[in-house]
Amino acid sequence: MAERIIKLPDVGEGIAEAELVEWHVKIGDIVREDDLLAAVMTDKATVEIPSPVEGEVTWVGAEVGDTVAIGSAIVKLKVAGEGGAAAEQSVAEEGAQEAPAEKPAAPPAPPKAEKPAAPAAPAKAAAPPPPPPKAARADAAPAQRRAPGEKPLASPAVRLKAREAGVDLRQVQGTGPAGRITHQDIDAFLLRGPEPVRGGGLVEQNAVTEVKVVGLRRRIAEKMALSKARIPHITIVEEINVSPLEDLRATLNKKPTPERPKLTILPFLMRAMVKALAEQPALNALYDDEAGIVRQHAAINIGIATQTPTGLIVPVVKHAEARDLWGCGIELNRLAERGRDGTATRDELTGSTITITSLGALGGIATTPVINHPEVAIVGVNKMVVRPVWDGTTFVPRKMMNLSCSFDHRVIDGWDAAVFVQRLKELLENPATLFVDI
Amino acid sequence: MTDITCKLLVIGAGPGGYVCAIRAGQLGIDTVIVESTKLGGSCLNVGCIPSKAMIHVAEEFEKAAEAAAGKTPFGLTVSQPALDLRQAVAWKDGIVQRLNNGVAGLLRKAKVNKILHGRARFRDGKTVVVETETGPKTVHAEAIVIATGSAPVELPFLPFGGNVISSTGALALTEVPKRLVVVGGGYIGLELGTAFAKLGAKVTVVEAQDRILPLYDAELTGPISKRLTALGVEVLTGAKALGPTPKGGAQKGDGLRIETADGKERALSADKILVTVGRKPFTDGLGLENLVLEMDGRFIRIGERCETAMRGIYAIGDVTGEPMLAHRAMAQGEMVAEIVAGLPRAWDKRCIPAICFTDPEIVSVGLSPEEAKRAGHELKIGQFPFAANGRAMTRHGEAGFVRVVAEERSDLVLGIQAVGSGVSELSAAFGLAIEMGATLQDIAGTIHAHPTLGEALPEAAMKALGHALHI
Repeated sequence: MAERIIKLPDVGEGIAEAELVEWHVKIGDIVREDDLLAAVMTDKATVEIPSPVEGEVTWVGAEVGDTVAIGSAIVKLKVAGEGGAAAEQSVAEEGAQEAPAEKPAAPPAPPKAEKPAAPAAPAKAAAPPPPPPKAARADAAPAQRRAPGEKPLASPAVRLKAREAGVDLRQVQGTGPAGRITHQDIDAFLLRGPEPVRGGGLVEQNAVTEVKVVGLRRRIAEKMALSKARIPHITIVEEINVSPLEDLRATLNKKPTPERPKLTILPFLMRAMVKALAEQPALNALYDDEAGIVRQHAAINIGIATQTPTGLIVPVVKHAEARDLWGCGIELNRLAERGRDGTATRDELTGSTITITSLGALGGIATTPVINHPEVAIVGVNKMVVRPVWDGTTFVPRKMMNLSCSFDHRVIDGWDAAVFVQRLKELLENPATLFVDI
Repeated sequence: MTDITCKLLVIGAGPGGYVCAIRAGQLGIDTVIVESTKLGGSCLNVGCIPSKAMIHVAEEFEKAAEAAAGKTPFGLTVSQPALDLRQAVAWKDGIVQRLNNGVAGLLRKAKVNKILHGRARFRDGKTVVVETETGPKTVHAEAIVIATGSAPVELPFLPFGGNVISSTGALALTEVPKRLVVVGGGYIGLELGTAFAKLGAKVTVVEAQDRILPLYDAELTGPISKRLTALGVEVLTGAKALGPTPKGGAQKGDGLRIETADGKERALSADKILVTVGRKPFTDGLGLENLVLEMDGRFIRIGERCETAMRGIYAIGDVTGEPMLAHRAMAQGEMVAEIVAGLPRAWDKRCIPAICFTDPEIVSVGLSPEEAKRAGHELKIGQFPFAANGRAMTRHGEAGFVRVVAEERSDLVLGIQAVGSGVSELSAAFGLAIEMGATLQDIAGTIHAHPTLGEALPEAAMKALGHALHI
């Protein structure tokens, strides 16, 4: 038996540390090669750390929420075979050897002779390269080892304790050897709160569930707090008649091609913002409030607040001023997809100068968007509805949509904010003006 | 006619019933228990206890006879032993009586003061009439436990009486029969047959299946067959009992006609014919026809709380089916008492150990390799022979082994079996291991005292793990 130390690999992006957001293993677990050990989060992406070898976890070096330096030990494994100087290795070091001519001293491969059943063993005989760290969502649940219908394994005392506490052991995961349910497992299960009584009418609930705020959630929390603490928001809500825009959009969407995909309302809004911001560059700016400098950017990089399974991220459509309507649409689709499947790069998630937030059909009548600090403006899109509008002689049905826009009142006066919103309204209500140079 | 009202009525004071009553008494439940014969049931009066007493006598006798014949390897000689079987039976009866009194004392201590002697008969689901010596007593109870046990099965063509005896009769013999034919090669027949063989009877075992102890695998029964041969017991497998031999009077030398494995009829002469072909649930005269219980063949069907199809009526022990073992009934009785007390309980045992007090003894706890395979498990099996165990050698009993059956994937121990002299006491360790959900490593990692037979257990576990030390 030898000990193998797994270090936090360089997960790319030239960072020095990463936050540990999830453990997939605990002390005593047996991991196979490629089993996930942990997930760490850099500024915006989650990276999962696979195990390079098979072994038993004997030590873990951090808790969820800890910030871990690249290269520091995170897991110790007891592995079969000889130990030695080569035993200390970070996952990436081993995996990222790219020069095949100069083969490094192969790590002592665990002897697989005792497992003749493994069909892949002969093919992998020559120092199999472990897979690179995978970027993935950190939502993989720890493996439940009991097959469905399999009887839970527990000592008589644990069974009695469960009965007295009204716990159905089939719902309790066993952490002991062979999946045995321990006293601790029952205690932990009870701490999580009793299951609601079924069918008995209204029941008082006293359970408190503690959820550690880590990773992306913590980043969002900090960012929101910073924005609301420092920026005095002013929010203007304006209604827009989007009937003509919707007619145009329907026409354009009739025959979509890969070059001209179906458009949502957002590319139109982006074009309108480009036009409006050209006239009001003060709104496309980053306010360094500590240095006391507002940097107005010529590049219009529009962040699009996007909900993903793990939380809110803001991919950025760079240089919207240089993209036409479909250019915006294509880039928007690409970023949305990468954001949702967790593959967006750090570059794609940073550098915005102004932000759009849209909840689509959930968008409500009005919202109070929180500015993406250190930007100075954010445009919120509310839901589109058909409303009766008085046209001077009669009520006519119109597709109406509200925009809720917030501004940093320290550097943007109400007047300028109102002018910007009115300009957006004018452009969107007269979509032809989006495409003519005026 | 007196009426009694109580919270719990237990019918039958065998191991299941009296344990149920004791536990109920401890829990403060107003309990009445009914027994038609003696406290302790079959187990205490005509089963486990007296048979073990007689097996012990036979063992001691056989040892002395072996020494008298100069057959011990350690040079012990004694003069030819003699046994007063009458005195042995009296000694055995003394033990039984002490235990009878013990049960009565335990019931009293648990404040179960109403013990009715007589036959119980259900009038309805809440009312039982007990025919006592002083007349019928009607008992109204909120909960009723049927713990009436079982009785030996009689062969229609070989009814009990005369020289045809049941196990009960065999334990009351005051004279060792010269020729004993045992019909049925299950554990009861073999235990008693072996004892009488040791006491000097010429024993023939007639078993319908193709081997003795059909409930155990051949590996486990091998040493028993060998020993039976050494004791001069003739074992006829695949043979059917047909009936008594027609010739001769009713008293003397009546034999048994059988059909042997090759289809030939043969007459076995016998002084006694011991019929041990199984046990049947005892429900005669209980008035079950006045209830609407669901049955499982001849047994009362129960659920995981030992509840029957009727609310408030429970059944425990042999009357509920196999395995018909006292310790199962006791565990059920204890559980039902707690259920009646309102505690959340259900049957969740992982194993019920089973023992044959043959020579050598067999213990089986949990799943045999065959059963485990049928249940779909991939297996790891480790077997350690007593021939490699120091204590077994010094006890002059090297036959047999300990076998551990574990799940390949998790090393979870699914079953432990052993055959060997004195292995019945190992059942405690085997049962604990399985009930606790031990893995092979748990057993291998427990220090077992040296030199003991028990050392074979961790060795078998290590063997399954691939690193037995002493073989």
